[in-house]
Amino acid sequence: MTTYLPKILRFLLFLVIFAAGVAAEKTGLIAYVTDPYEYPYILSLCWQHLYLVSISMALATALGLGIGILLTRDRFKKYAGVGMYIVGLGQTIPSLAVIALAMSFLGIGVKPAIFALTIYSILPIARNTLAGIMSVPRPLLDAAKGMGLPPRSILWEVELPNALKVIITGFRVALIINIGTAALAFLIGAGGLGDLIFTGISLMQPDKLLAGAIPVTLMALMADFFCDLGEVLLIPRGLRLMQR
Amino acid sequence: MSTWQYITNNYQYILLLTGEHLWIVTLALVIATLIGVPLGIIITKNEEMAHKVINIANILMTIPSIALFGLMLPVLSVVGHGLGMVPAVTALVLYSQLPIIRNTYTAIKNVPPPVVNAGRGMGMSPWHLLAEVQIPLALPVILAGLRTAAVMNIGIAAIAAYIGAGGLGVLIQQGIGRVNEEMILSGALLVSLLAVVVDGGMALLERLVTPQGLKIQQRRRR
Repeated sequence: MTTYLPKILRFLLFLVIFAAGVAAEKTGLIAYVTDPYEYPYILSLCWQHLYLVSISMALATALGLGIGILLTRDRFKKYAGVGMYIVGLGQTIPSLAVIALAMSFLGIGVKPAIFALTIYSILPIARNTLAGIMSVPRPLLDAAKGMGLPPRSILWEVELPNALKVIITGFRVALIINIGTAALAFLIGAGGLGDLIFTGISLMQPDKLLAGAIPVTLMALMADFFCDLGEVLLIPRGLRLMQR
Repeated sequence: MSTWQYITNNYQYILLLTGEHLWIVTLALVIATLIGVPLGIIITKNEEMAHKVINIANILMTIPSIALFGLMLPVLSVVGHGLGMVPAVTALVLYSQLPIIRNTYTAIKNVPPPVVNAGRGMGMSPWHLLAEVQIPLALPVILAGLRTAAVMNIGIAAIAAYIGAGGLGVLIQQGIGRVNEEMILSGALLVSLLAVVVDGGMALLERLVTPQGLKIQQRRRR
């Protein structure tokens, strides 16, 4: 039984891929995305989506890391608990609500969308930076201090590398949520692939809908994969061996 | 405060929408629990399977919610339920699997082996062991998973308004459509409030179901 299982699963996988291909043809997806008048538009929406995600993620990473690092410095350590609580509370707020709030305070367009995405993505990054740095083993810090490292070097050479795994996890969560939320940015006039999805739903046009939904899904899955890759590339080898 | 006025003027409609929202989330959470908790317990017996199941749940979680609604629409249209409650609840059930399965799995795995061995030594059958030792000790962590799932579901159910599932997202959807600021604000604030309240309520529940013995142990460890 167990020897046949992988073969059966592989067969099922082929079947699913085949069915997906048939469905793509039946719903007119293939005709839609290869239409010379449509595909430049789809491509431009993809770029728009990537633009929203990359700008907001760059801002959120800088701010989130900054907040996380600041709250673990000795001077601000007493606020770490409060900061953690506020960030946790912020994360319970639904993404659509954040987008809607940004619209009602800042109006429509790309800027409010980037603002909402940035605010929403800061939370997981700040939270994990905080948690990661706080969970660095005490003896490591003491050893660094004993060697006479100044606080700045302790941060760069001891705390951050040791916290990197947790920070990257936070970045991954933020990035994936960001890609999904950027699809909602269409609702406040910022474009992106949400355009195809929402229009497809309203018009009951499966081809349009899938032309938006599939790239967004692929983008999220690829982001997940690249974060795995980043983990391997960025974390020092010694630490990776230790964590295993 | 015109938003406040909007809420008080339309409180019946808003109550209806809140009820709808809670109904979708609760239904999805009950179904997800019925699937996720047994699955989480089963995979504690098989390390390899556990890895696979959690990975699949992880991939499901990666798919953006509005894209999942989009992907399900043509599929569920075949059985005539492309829009409305059915795809909304299905998506919520799928998304809830990761927190529920992962927390159940780690919670059962983390029950201290001496406790399990003591139970076995007293002649408990595996079922007995599960019902009287492992599950009670794992309950707080399992509930923490349900809490994560519930909060997440409230947010995704708001987006489900766009596929006609109702709920408080309708206020946001129609508010954006009509450029009615009070409507958008009241929708966004109420959904956020709902999420925060449910989060707090579940946290309270978590504390209530923690067995007395476990609490004393935790206190002593501090």
